[in-house]
Amino acid sequence: MSVAGRCDTALGWATDRDAWVSRGIRILLCAGALLFFTGPLLVIFSGAFDDNHDPTQLSVIPNSPSLNNFVVAGENKIWHYLFNSLVIAGGALLLQLLVSVFAAYALARKKFRGQAIALLTILTTMMLPEEVIAIPLSLVIGDLPLVHVSLKGTFLGVILPLGAWGFSIFVMTEFMKEIPLELEEAAKVDGAGELRVFAQIILPLCRPALGVIAVFGFNMIWEQYLLPLIVAADPSDYTLTVALLTLRSDDQVGPGIVLAGALLALVPSLLVYLSLQKSFLRGITTGAIKG
Amino acid sequence: MTAVHPLSDTQDVGSTASGGGAVETHPVRRRRRRRLTGATLVPWFFLLPAFLLFLTFKFIPMAEGIRLSLFEVRPFLGDIFVGFANYARILGDERFRDAIWHTLVLAAGQTFGAMLIGFFLALLLEGHARSLWFVRSAVFLPVVAATAVIGEIWRLLYYPAPEGFVNTALSHIGLGPLEFIGSPDQALVSVMVVGIWKHAPYDMVLIIAGLVSIDRTQYEAAAIDGATTWQRIRHVTLPALRPVITILLTLAAIRGLRVFTEVYVLTGGGPAGSTDVWMTRVFTTAFEQSEIGIASAGSVMLFLITFLMTLVVQLYRRAREAR
Repeated sequence: MSVAGRCDTALGWATDRDAWVSRGIRILLCAGALLFFTGPLLVIFSGAFDDNHDPTQLSVIPNSPSLNNFVVAGENKIWHYLFNSLVIAGGALLLQLLVSVFAAYALARKKFRGQAIALLTILTTMMLPEEVIAIPLSLVIGDLPLVHVSLKGTFLGVILPLGAWGFSIFVMTEFMKEIPLELEEAAKVDGAGELRVFAQIILPLCRPALGVIAVFGFNMIWEQYLLPLIVAADPSDYTLTVALLTLRSDDQVGPGIVLAGALLALVPSLLVYLSLQKSFLRGITTGAIKG
Repeated sequence: MTAVHPLSDTQDVGSTASGGGAVETHPVRRRRRRRLTGATLVPWFFLLPAFLLFLTFKFIPMAEGIRLSLFEVRPFLGDIFVGFANYARILGDERFRDAIWHTLVLAAGQTFGAMLIGFFLALLLEGHARSLWFVRSAVFLPVVAATAVIGEIWRLLYYPAPEGFVNTALSHIGLGPLEFIGSPDQALVSVMVVGIWKHAPYDMVLIIAGLVSIDRTQYEAAAIDGATTWQRIRHVTLPALRPVITILLTLAAIRGLRVFTEVYVLTGGGPAGSTDVWMTRVFTTAFEQSEIGIASAGSVMLFLITFLMTLVVQLYRRAREAR
């Protein structure tokens, strides 16, 4: 067993094949961790496809496989809730990306009076999460200032409050700062206008950062619970995640149907995570460690 | 996980803010700048969408919340100014005081629990092997699943009969059966376990990033000195991880104070109010008892506490970095 090999990790896990005791222990512990952290999610999968009405019969493999749960869940408007969720996620994410890219362009590529105040303002919003302002926010959404329009029960009522997010603005700003100024100046010499520089020079170079803020934004939007709950004027306005609670409180509905709904709410986040995993992990580590 | 970022970004802003604040000091040039030419308006044009949304959905609600917290809100009848009476009502309300206690216990338990498990996971899963990468990705899944989904599945897993899923698992190691969220004595801990389960893999990712950045020669030096694994962890690894751990602990603690969804979905604050936290209490006060004034006062108090905590942590970190 070489010294170098054992210094690979903090615990000094052996990497050579002869150290079968150490390897065995590690494999067992990994299996335990896998079971603990993915087991409950596997139960969602198996429960959703299991035609069983008894909450004591949950397992990792379906006992009697069937699609019946989705049929019954469909009768309980599950597809309608999924549609609500997807419209809100799509709309809010698109708006969030646009707003962030716009704001970041000003903050990263321009020097202007009041820049410090602009940054401080955005920073302050990050200390005002939905939970803290939920009660007055529900009143504001019911009667928008100046225009006096009510967004209660509309998609916009959920989309607009999520449209600007300090975190994505800052991530985007940091990234845009790295783009060399010469590129922009060259384009301006060639007579390109402000919007053209923005759209044709800066934006295409930001693709990696767009991936990061898209995956974080999607997660943040899909995670929303309190906001869709207070915006809804009627249970039919609920997003899928909020509707799970209504579904559960119905006595006629068994665990399998709730799990079918839970599965539909789980799959989009899994797909986004698995397809943009690198962006996601990079965002976490740079976002938090830098501070 | 969204909550992780406010603090981290503070730092970036601090550096840019000082850079942005140092605009031209020459009086003549400054006067010329003040004229609203097209060029000076361009940045504000790009910032307009963000600021319009922030104003409408963050700052106006915040101001409105502070205003309402000083009133007895009576829809259609007109509000009555009551000064700080709403705050006094909250501080005198036993359910709110219980909620403070539950919130603190839950926040502390989840924060330290997730950190501890995340640390062990990181030690276990550090390494370059493809199989380890696979295990890490799989273990991370609870972080991306929506809290509402997690709440629904754990409610079913926690089924209180001896045949329930978790009880069956516990019986294999000679424990249980437990009632979990059905019993006032076990509900808070049960909610805490779900929170740890969801947040530990997040901590793991950051701790692994910290572990990877530790200089390997330090381990080699420790090995040559004949240090045991425990001594190596204690004297090399942990000191190197201190900055990461500090950030994670403070962010998680601040996030923990505004916990809502986990509790609302799992127990709704019950049974018998045993898991009622600050935000579920505020929510009930506002939307079930229609006491908007009192609920607003509760929100303002939560904001002040998280704001102060953020500020203290920031100042402390600045001071330490300056040293």
